[in-house]
Amino acid sequence: MGMSRNTKINGLLLLLVAALAVLPIALGMGEGKEEPFTGADAQAETAITELKPDYEPWFSPLYEPPSGEVESALFALQAALGAGVLAYYFGVRKGRRQGAALAAAAGAPDTAGASDTAAAES
Amino acid sequence: MHIAEGFLPPLHAVAWGAASAPFVVHGVRALTREVKANPESTLLLGASGAFTFVLSALKIPSVTGSCSHPTGTGLGAILFRPPIMAVLGTITLLFQALLLAHGGLTTLGANVFSMAIAGPWAGYGVYLLLKRFDVPLMVTVFFGAFVADLVTYCVTSVQLALAFPDPGTGFLGALAKFGGIFAVTQIPLAVSEGLLTVLVMRLLMQSSKSDLVRLGVAKLSGRSGQGERKAAV
Repeated sequence: MGMSRNTKINGLLLLLVAALAVLPIALGMGEGKEEPFTGADAQAETAITELKPDYEPWFSPLYEPPSGEVESALFALQAALGAGVLAYYFGVRKGRRQGAALAAAAGAPDTAGASDTAAAES
Repeated sequence: MHIAEGFLPPLHAVAWGAASAPFVVHGVRALTREVKANPESTLLLGASGAFTFVLSALKIPSVTGSCSHPTGTGLGAILFRPPIMAVLGTITLLFQALLLAHGGLTTLGANVFSMAIAGPWAGYGVYLLLKRFDVPLMVTVFFGAFVADLVTYCVTSVQLALAFPDPGTGFLGALAKFGGIFAVTQIPLAVSEGLLTVLVMRLLMQSSKSDLVRLGVAKLSGRSGQGERKAAV
């Protein structure tokens, strides 16, 4: 009926991940901080200057995004590249599976992709 | 979250670089061997690298009121063994150091050691250990990915505590400080990474069972092998 058990479990996993990301904000866990939800790396830099006030970073990045907007655009690009390759992978595998299933239905029951097709049905 | 550019003293930067280099060289060899021996692995290798790309770009809020990102290295470590993750993790770190000013070139050795070496090996170790006790596959995958993620940031904390010991309480005092920033923040994120890795592994079980069997991750007659048994009858 509607979604398979498999799809439901996958959806539940995604929901849990989303909840884990939203809860700290919803519960106001950044309250009382001067700047809530900044990066842990920036906080580490502050901790370093507390531990060793005379420490000077001796090298600076060769290229630095000119603004926070450009930086988040580049982070989004990184995620998009990764998501694109992952989607391509699963698309190719699905196409192969469907091709094998079509070939099997057309009267060639012992095709190479049969084991994957069978696994997907379980 | 990696150690920022210039934030490790030169001696430490060089030492961590020297510690990481052999692992990366060995990883490049393992990667070329895998691609030569199993050309059909190439696509799944790409997908493993892509998973690290996605996860390490997602800065997620945490219970400490700060943000950090997962690593995505557990999946590839479980599928292809840790040496290959040393390469895929280094590529991700280089991308972030060069284009995003996140992490850095002088801290690359230390960041590679934590994210691309220590994390994957720890996660893989836990995965193997649980597997030996016949724990269900998805539980081993969850804890493998969880540990790979968390250990990465514990190592980052150790690296910073070694470089910047507390004037009063020494290494341990600094470790508590950096651990509070990195490791505690990372706990819910490591849970998220475990769940996402389980999700991808479930999708792989559906779409690429034969690859998982060849890589020794799944068994043909395993828990979800009923389909094959039916097919065999």
